[in-house]
Amino acid sequence: MRRRYLAAVPHVIWLSVFVVAPLILVVVYAFTGSGGGFTLENFENMGSYTSVFGRSLWLAFIATIICLLIGYPLSYVLSKEGPGMQRIFIMLIMLPMWINFLLRTYAWMSILENTGLINRLLASLGVFDLINRIFDTNISYIPMINTQGAVVLGMVYNYLPFMVLPIYSVIVKIDSSLIEAAHDLGAGSMTVFRRIIFPLSLPGVLSGITMVFVPAVSTFIISRLLGGGTNILLGDLIEMQFLGNAYNPHLGSAISLLMMIIIMICMFVMNRFGEGEEQAVLM
Amino acid sequence: MRKRSISGRVLMALVFVFLYAPIFVLIVFSFNSTKSRTVWTGFTFDWYLKLFQDSTIMGSLYVTLLVSAIAAVIATVAGTVAAVGIFNMKRRHRNTILALNNIPVINADIITGVSMSLLFISSAAILTKVSLSLSSLLGININLGFKLGFGTLLIAHITFNVPYVILSVLPKLRQLDNNLFEAAQDLGATWIQAFFKVIIPEIRPGIVNGLIIAFTMSVDDFVISYFTAGHVQTLSMTIYAMTKRRITPEINALSTLLFITVLFMLIIINVRQSSQEKKLKKLRSKLS
Repeated sequence: MRRRYLAAVPHVIWLSVFVVAPLILVVVYAFTGSGGGFTLENFENMGSYTSVFGRSLWLAFIATIICLLIGYPLSYVLSKEGPGMQRIFIMLIMLPMWINFLLRTYAWMSILENTGLINRLLASLGVFDLINRIFDTNISYIPMINTQGAVVLGMVYNYLPFMVLPIYSVIVKIDSSLIEAAHDLGAGSMTVFRRIIFPLSLPGVLSGITMVFVPAVSTFIISRLLGGGTNILLGDLIEMQFLGNAYNPHLGSAISLLMMIIIMICMFVMNRFGEGEEQAVLM
Repeated sequence: MRKRSISGRVLMALVFVFLYAPIFVLIVFSFNSTKSRTVWTGFTFDWYLKLFQDSTIMGSLYVTLLVSAIAAVIATVAGTVAAVGIFNMKRRHRNTILALNNIPVINADIITGVSMSLLFISSAAILTKVSLSLSSLLGININLGFKLGFGTLLIAHITFNVPYVILSVLPKLRQLDNNLFEAAQDLGATWIQAFFKVIIPEIRPGIVNGLIIAFTMSVDDFVISYFTAGHVQTLSMTIYAMTKRRITPEINALSTLLFITVLFMLIIINVRQSSQEKKLKKLRSKLS
């Protein structure tokens, strides 16, 4: 009777075998060579990938900021709609997630290509002719695909719902009597937002930021489809070490380990920032 | 006090155009008469017919649905049991287990996938070595080695699904009135009876929610499957292989069908919810 906690034992065993042990293996692989002995070689070799680390962090950072700049106002506007409308809009935000994300990203290729839909539209509107006549240039398309901009666009597109949903779910739960009380006490709309709504929505913001940043920094599909071969990210690097031509799980593990540490540092900083707010808004 | 600003409406409209533009392109070109994905050449239903004859696509769709269904059901049962156990733990232990439980949720998919593939590959190698030495020792042929395939794929899916089920069942357990369970036992129910007749019905919304989340995560997953499935192909993996060459419009047709199915399901759920809410409102106004 008292031992109801024993029901968790199988799960704890499962977690140790299939979550903890694999992570330990990553650490072991990261510090060994193909011969088997201890080595730091994998980390020493990583100097040549500094630019990839930099690019991954930078692009993921920009995508997270853009998601926040779009997602916060959107959640705020949504929360002011009537309950029926709110439900429909939330449904509309989640619906695209049901289409395979590879396909959605692939569809962006059709839109952004040099002979893609946007360039075709601009050409048929005579935009390029006009530009060519005015500036005496000779362009027939705007290069959009295979740029860092396209990669950021893909990240924002795929992960924007992860920013909107947690922020929205926190803002909706804010007690409206708090806002009324503030108004009664003479606060203007700006003050109410700055002193009440924003501080109370911070847990949602923090959770949204992690939920966008982590997949963005580790993606390899978006960069491969929209970034061409030139904008390799950390995810691509890891994938190449495990399933690609450059088979070297030891180096791959070392990169994974470093990425995990970066993610952990980011989360630690975020948690500090949020002063230990509960992260219960995951869903 | 509800303010509806024009700029808010414009923002919403822009975001929805952004979110639905690629989906619109995808659906429109599923009816295109040639394989081009940027030039409209005429209307056809051919891709929908060809879809059902394409054995690669249908095969991988079958693998996806099978692994998602099995993984979701196992994860839901295991997750519910585990949630009950975790709920009854001392606070300190509970926090440790929950932190462990959160690893697959928070961690990057690629690290989950890569680390599990390392586990599978190295344990397969060890088992092969063990069976080799056993075979020579005993003089019979034993083979304990395995290859990455449906089994490892299923284990991976269960592993990343269970935490989501636990996270959706635990809040319901917290809302549960603890006296209910004891009352049932005082009235003569055994532990098992009380669990199935009292606890389970009370936390059912959380369980159903967990099942839906688990199934969705499984169907949608690409990265973890990619590293753990070996020679088996899920639908996402088939699509990924196609993006390297060229995606056939059959895939557009398939995702159009899936999109319409999900759309209908969501509409039905929403209509049912809002009619239930109306009934509740009526009841309340009658009561007061």
